[in-house]
Amino acid sequence: MSHSYFEANARERLAQLLDAGSFRELLPPGARMTSPHLPPLDAPVAFDDGVVVGAGTLDGRPVLVGAQEGGFNGGAVGEVHGAKLTGLLERALDERPAAVLLLVESGGVRLHEANAGLIGVSEVMRAVLAARSAGIPVLVLIGGQYGCFGGMGIVSRCCDAIVISEEGRLGLSGPEVIETTCGVEEFDSRDRALVWRTVGGKHRYLLGEADRLVPDDIAAFRAAARELLDTRPDLSLAALEAEHARLGRRIDRFGDCRDARDIWTRLGIAAPERLPLLDTAEFLAATADRRA
Amino acid sequence: MTVRQWNTQAQNRAARRERAAALARGRHVASADARALLEAVLEPGDRVCLEGNNQKQADFLAKTLVSVDPARVHDLHMVQSVLALPEHLEVFERGIARKLDFSFSGPQGARLARLLGAGKLTIGAIHTYLELFGRYFTDLTPKVSLVAAQAADAAGNLYTGPNTEDTPVIVEATAFRQGIVIAQVNEIVDRLPRVDIPADWVDYVILAPTPNYIEPLFTRDPAQISEVQVLMAMMAIKGIYAEYEVNRLNHGIGFDTAAIELLLPTYAESLGLKGRICRHWALNPHPALIPAIEAGWVESVHSFGGELGMEAYTAARPDVFFTGADGSMRSNRALCQAAGHYACDMFIGSTLQIDLAGNSSTATLGRITGFGGAPNMGADARGRRHASPAWLKAGREARAGRNTIPRGQKLVVQMVETFREHMAPAFVDTLDAWELAEQAGMPLPPVMIYGEDVSHILTEEGIANLLLCRTDEEREQAIRGVAGYTPVGLGRDKRMVENLRDRGVIRRAEDLGIDKRLATRDLLAARSMKDLVRASGGLYDPPKRFRNW
Amino acid sequence: METLTFEYRGGRALAAPAAATLTGVVGSGNLEVLVEPAALDGACRVEVTTAAVGFGRIWQAVMDDFFARHPLADVQISINDVGATPAVVSLRLDQAVEAFRGGVA
Repeated sequence: MSHSYFEANARERLAQLLDAGSFRELLPPGARMTSPHLPPLDAPVAFDDGVVVGAGTLDGRPVLVGAQEGGFNGGAVGEVHGAKLTGLLERALDERPAAVLLLVESGGVRLHEANAGLIGVSEVMRAVLAARSAGIPVLVLIGGQYGCFGGMGIVSRCCDAIVISEEGRLGLSGPEVIETTCGVEEFDSRDRALVWRTVGGKHRYLLGEADRLVPDDIAAFRAAARELLDTRPDLSLAALEAEHARLGRRIDRFGDCRDARDIWTRLGIAAPERLPLLDTAEFLAATADRRA
Repeated sequence: MTVRQWNTQAQNRAARRERAAALARGRHVASADARALLEAVLEPGDRVCLEGNNQKQADFLAKTLVSVDPARVHDLHMVQSVLALPEHLEVFERGIARKLDFSFSGPQGARLARLLGAGKLTIGAIHTYLELFGRYFTDLTPKVSLVAAQAADAAGNLYTGPNTEDTPVIVEATAFRQGIVIAQVNEIVDRLPRVDIPADWVDYVILAPTPNYIEPLFTRDPAQISEVQVLMAMMAIKGIYAEYEVNRLNHGIGFDTAAIELLLPTYAESLGLKGRICRHWALNPHPALIPAIEAGWVESVHSFGGELGMEAYTAARPDVFFTGADGSMRSNRALCQAAGHYACDMFIGSTLQIDLAGNSSTATLGRITGFGGAPNMGADARGRRHASPAWLKAGREARAGRNTIPRGQKLVVQMVETFREHMAPAFVDTLDAWELAEQAGMPLPPVMIYGEDVSHILTEEGIANLLLCRTDEEREQAIRGVAGYTPVGLGRDKRMVENLRDRGVIRRAEDLGIDKRLATRDLLAARSMKDLVRASGGLYDPPKRFRNW
Repeated sequence: METLTFEYRGGRALAAPAAATLTGVVGSGNLEVLVEPAALDGACRVEVTTAAVGFGRIWQAVMDDFFARHPLADVQISINDVGATPAVVSLRLDQAVEAFRGGVA
């Protein structure tokens, strides 16, 4: 029986993603490393501050893992939460695991913690880049209810590869933020079909922002992560400039599109209106060699 | 000696039509002339039915009615089943209408209470659907009815399709008592798929500028079903459906009953119940029933109304749903209510408050929401004469040890978690309905289901079988015994509750042999809207607000 | 927020020492339950921090029933609650004890 990644909480995801029984938590709940900012605001704390970090093995190879809990404040990053992720990534420099896996589920910075949360996110970004430059791949998995937005959206795009499910969402500003800022005519956040075809996993995969699209099954995320363990992206200046040039061409090609469906049509995908309904295997077949 | 005129109503009708003659070409009137039409045919004090259903709304005609000149059209008496749109109350605010008889006002309940308090309207009575329809044919016949249909042809025949709902009852009452029927339609076509309302029952047809609004009222996203609801659904299936072999039934709206629907192909199947329960339904086309239909559980479904997105699915399953020769579903609220009242062995639904006598109410302070159809579903049909195993068993339990002539009884199950959101207890000493009745000057507290009709109360703590209670005291303790940690539950007589449990009046999950650890969302045949679409083979097309793809 | 403390005596210690376990999530209508071995002189101690203020009597009744179902000794139970109903609280407590006893990984 398949186990839904979307439905599982952070601990359940880790238990099934890693080799059985291999996970060893750092700063476990018993350490009570909770947020100092929430109690003065009379807001509830979580014993792990909404993120589970630790070490385990994937197919016998050592990995470090961090999993955000979307159920606690939408996975928003506070000071402790951010520091746990930063510490995990810095630890990778010493331990040199096969990879660092980040199971991201976050609306961005925890508003209660304001600047401390913002600084926390920027420290995570710097730590990601440091780990990558030390040759340790940092892989992101996205498939939870709250998606991956705000600061963690930026963090995720700073990593080596992203595995996403159709249910997963990736973006900078969340749908409600866009509607509030730009008006419902620009973006109707209650139109969930619009939301998903704009920030959902399928579209992010077609745009090339996510590297793998997998079904909503923890075993499928595990298989994709295992395959990506040996990812060694070219971090040379030439490669970065080529990537910038590619992004420039992407804007030239699609910049005037009003809707994701326009982009799919321009990509030459047959019957693009069908894409949202296809299951993952059918979708991958229908869009093979058509990604931006 | 004067000769009595026996056709004054027909003469009045002719006069109204004469005033509107210049506006119509055949039966067709342009939407730009809609307001002029209403001002021509309406007279002060008219009884008017503005078709407001659970789902389909005559929204263009509602807006038009709000726009008429109150100097010409006033003191209308609105007789309509549902107040769903803001316009349904604006006619009172603008002084166009004065009196109201209705059934249900869910979304407008708070505003209705305010308008009543401000003296903007008087309420004749709050009815169940069948009662109000009954009065359409006695003392509340509409003089003018404003209805909605999917399509009309040149002659004025109407196609109402899956969302037929109240239209036949309204039109029949109006047309055959010399009233005026005006229909808004979404399209005018050369050839209708089928004729749901014949043209000679219809006076005027208006092509509306936008399609009529339909509310997807019966769609429940399986992602929101909790594990406590799964546990309660397991208890319902094993402790009630299987015990009584319930085969003809109605489910209320809500996540509690959606969980039961989604457990049929999994948990109920594992108990070997397929073919033994749940074969015939009086039910809207609930998307949550798709997995059970696909797994072969369901022989028939007759519906009160349609459900947005279920059109292609119901059309593709004509062996199950009531379907016209054209291939599309047909609903009919009045007939389905009759089926639910007389032909179903069980009604099961959620509620907001239950008192110590088992009276159940969805009334809350400051809101006048009415009843809809639940009281007709959730009441013993005392006129019923045909037997079935479920009906007979319930009757035996209720009458055992009494010297009464044998008869059956309907199973009426109220399913509720002991606490709602924000720790509001579902069990109370006194229903809010009493205070609401006082506030609003109602003759009766608005009780959805009377305690004497309730056969079982099901909570996460257990099932109380009220049929087996022999005294008021037993009944009260049986209710307290499943009321959990609410003040009512904490006030139980523990010894008496244990005694009731020994007698099987109260049954806990463990008494039913249910392993609570199995009560997880993994048991649901669909855990997301996408799962429902998959189960339907891609035929179900959910409204966009329910998608995450 | 409100903090409530309950202490029970007369329970039985587990045969084998168990590791701390966390069950549930601190989200609306939900709670997390941390169960840890603790040298409490045979007591079972429960500390609840809850966002729903004023329900001490109900918590007392829920915890009394819990201890009747699971008479534990030398165990510390710590709860962060965001207005879960008693049904959800009882369910999480049962799940937490089962995980603590090693029934679930």
